[in-house]
Amino acid sequence: MLSLDLFANAIVAGVLLGGFYAAVAIGLAIAFGQLDIVNIAHPAFVIVGSYIAYIVNTHFGLDPVLIGVLVAPVFFLVGVGIYRIYYAAFERTGQESLSGLAFFFGLMFIIEVVLILVYGVDYRLVRAGYIGETIEVGFVGIPLRMLVPFVVAITCTSAIYLYLSRTFTGRAILAVAQDRLALQLMGADPVRIKQFAFGLAIATTAIAGSLLIIIGPVEPSVGRLYIGRVFAIVVLGGMGSISGMFIAALILGIVETLVATFMGPSWAPAVAFGLLLLTLAVRPAGLLGR
Amino acid sequence: MKISAFWICIAVIFLGGLAFTEVATNEYYFTALYVILQATIMAIAWNILGGFTGYVNFGSAAFFAVGAYTAIALDKALGLPLPLLIVAAAVVCGLIGLGVGYLTLRLKGVYFAIATLAMAIVLETLVTNWTYVGGARGAYILTPENHLWFDSYIQMLFMLMLVLTLGSVAISRKLNSSRLGRGLAAIRDDEVAAECAGVPTLRLKLISTTVMGAMMGVAGAPYPFFVTFVDPVSAFNLFVAVNAIAMPMIGGTAHWIGPVIGALLVGSMQEIITVNVSSELNVLIVGVMLVLFISLAPQGIVGLVQKHVLRRRR
Amino acid sequence: MSSAVLQVTGLTKRFGGFVALQGIDLHLSSGERLGLIGPNGSGKTTLINCVSGALYNDEGTIVFENEDITRTPPHQRARLGLARSFQIPKPFHSMTVLENLRVPLEYAAWSRSEHRHIVDEAMAVLEMIGLKHRANVNSAALTQVEMRKLELARALAAKPRLLVSDEAMAGLSGSEVDEILEILLALNARGVAVIMIEHVMRAVMKFSERIVVLVAGRKIADGDPQAVVANEEVIKAYLGE
Repeated sequence: MLSLDLFANAIVAGVLLGGFYAAVAIGLAIAFGQLDIVNIAHPAFVIVGSYIAYIVNTHFGLDPVLIGVLVAPVFFLVGVGIYRIYYAAFERTGQESLSGLAFFFGLMFIIEVVLILVYGVDYRLVRAGYIGETIEVGFVGIPLRMLVPFVVAITCTSAIYLYLSRTFTGRAILAVAQDRLALQLMGADPVRIKQFAFGLAIATTAIAGSLLIIIGPVEPSVGRLYIGRVFAIVVLGGMGSISGMFIAALILGIVETLVATFMGPSWAPAVAFGLLLLTLAVRPAGLLGR
Repeated sequence: MKISAFWICIAVIFLGGLAFTEVATNEYYFTALYVILQATIMAIAWNILGGFTGYVNFGSAAFFAVGAYTAIALDKALGLPLPLLIVAAAVVCGLIGLGVGYLTLRLKGVYFAIATLAMAIVLETLVTNWTYVGGARGAYILTPENHLWFDSYIQMLFMLMLVLTLGSVAISRKLNSSRLGRGLAAIRDDEVAAECAGVPTLRLKLISTTVMGAMMGVAGAPYPFFVTFVDPVSAFNLFVAVNAIAMPMIGGTAHWIGPVIGALLVGSMQEIITVNVSSELNVLIVGVMLVLFISLAPQGIVGLVQKHVLRRRR
Repeated sequence: MSSAVLQVTGLTKRFGGFVALQGIDLHLSSGERLGLIGPNGSGKTTLINCVSGALYNDEGTIVFENEDITRTPPHQRARLGLARSFQIPKPFHSMTVLENLRVPLEYAAWSRSEHRHIVDEAMAVLEMIGLKHRANVNSAALTQVEMRKLELARALAAKPRLLVSDEAMAGLSGSEVDEILEILLALNARGVAVIMIEHVMRAVMKFSERIVVLVAGRKIADGDPQAVVANEEVIKAYLGE
């Protein structure tokens, strides 16, 4: 028989983890789901976010979340720059399916190797008052290092959801993939919209990275495990749908925690990829797709 | 005329390899050449799907590793000779390629690329948890005593790899210029138009993934005997996957000679840098070269040369 | 009475909740020239996507030369003799014009003969289309009208019994329209049935023996060109209420 409190703890931990996954995946939901840019390097940017949080935190003692928010505008500009290159080299010439993919793959690789060259493969961590604290609710323990990222992630995804559905630019971003022509007729430049949206997508990784290093120590190759997670979430969520993405993130968080609890942590990495393969094989339109 | 010139080249290289095993005494040369040849096969295999057909495979390392682990498992279970292990690895990896292709190739191309990434991690997790072949701790392989008429086992492995590489080159070249190759190129250029021109696109894509998988399995099968110790981290090394993409992209993907040029060039450069500088820097250089080439010279070295020759003629 | 080359019965196609085509019947005799017209979004392209196999219809049957092809994949339809050209040209851009034709010759028309023979066949098609002088040019370097011609040439190389030409003339000048029209007529003279989808009414009227009108996914007229364009419902659909 399953032990009830173990199960309850796993579910709570899974929900918290899933909420955090949503913050990691939302940038890709925009880039891949809305803009059709297959940014495999997305998790690598998250790791860069983690390392910046680590560096600033160790030197100045700032709160990691605050660092993430402060660095986000810089990431936005980096995203804009990368999109410019991507557009000029691949999208404009129709090369995105092969060369574009390889481009991001190379980018991911460069980021990882530079981090290894500079910081080595040691795990790095941040300090903050709440890390290590736990709230006990009955027999369920809620560690603050999970709760804080969860709350920030929910805030962050809600804000982006509202932004996309309520503002003119947000709606233009949602429209850019479906109907370029209509967008042009409305007087909006699709390339500028995509550039802005990709900047936004990369900006979210600054915050996601700071959350990642609050949850636990980070080393450069951790990013690779997140490739499967973020793509599984976005595909399962039905590409581009923010609410679908959020549900998928929670599902993945819960399933992964259950597998780690009852089968052992060495099986956890396969969950995301298994889920991804299964989705692709059985229901490529995702949970909320037609 | 041209055909015979190609086969003469193949024969000359083969004989050159044989002569080299008679002359050279420093084992290091054979080790270095083995590594370069292994990368060449991987690059050729990747290019059959990536360059000829237009589908990106990020999971090259997984095919390679499964090839290696098939050899380890069958060597341990049945003690089969190396040639049979290679055949078995080709079959297993070909089937994996077929399976992944069957699941995802009806969807948009990017899903195939992402699925290969996913497959790599799933297979790595499986092997890590498979204690028969050593699990996470890895497996030691005894090098067989027998090395035919060669002076050492590594010399025999080198010649074996040379033969496998020449075979891969011949297959790739044949594919590139055949009816099948034109079908694949049509798929790469425009899949819908290809289908309407009578090309059975799904079947051709499956053939392409199967050949790619099998060839990568072949490259991986002798690896355990080359290194004598294999663990999941080294076999599923991302570097193998990056090389498999970078080498064809740098050499040029449209022509069969592209991945060969890319692999020989980048592979030799890596050997030099690893010995003289450091292996991390090596990895970084490949990544930077990959990004620079696909951004600035998407046709690779072959494309640059063609452009230069055309300009000269005018 | 000539035999049917294409018989579409009760074809319905939905996208989610949207009904793109509703109970379409379409009959085409061997060697017939049919004009298919209708306003934008009326379902013309969806219909030919269903006929060529790029989309599968939800209801109804498609019979091609006495063979039910409703669930047949596109490449097999091409082999049976059903060819189409695309509204937006889709050349195999890494190949020369000649190589572009080799693909349908080797796959759809199933020419297993010698290399030289295939080249001769391809050159014959190019000669008829008027692209012979461009045979060894890379197809990406063609002009707009040449790309349209290449579309038709590639469809022809598949040795079709029925050619579906999807707006091969859109955006071309008057004399270029005449060139394409001549090609289609010459082709038809060899016994190939043609379905022409076109907005250029001058060409449609000149070409068609019969005209079918689609509006909002339904067939509202089918018959003699002069009678169809005089039809009140058709005029209303084209000019608005």
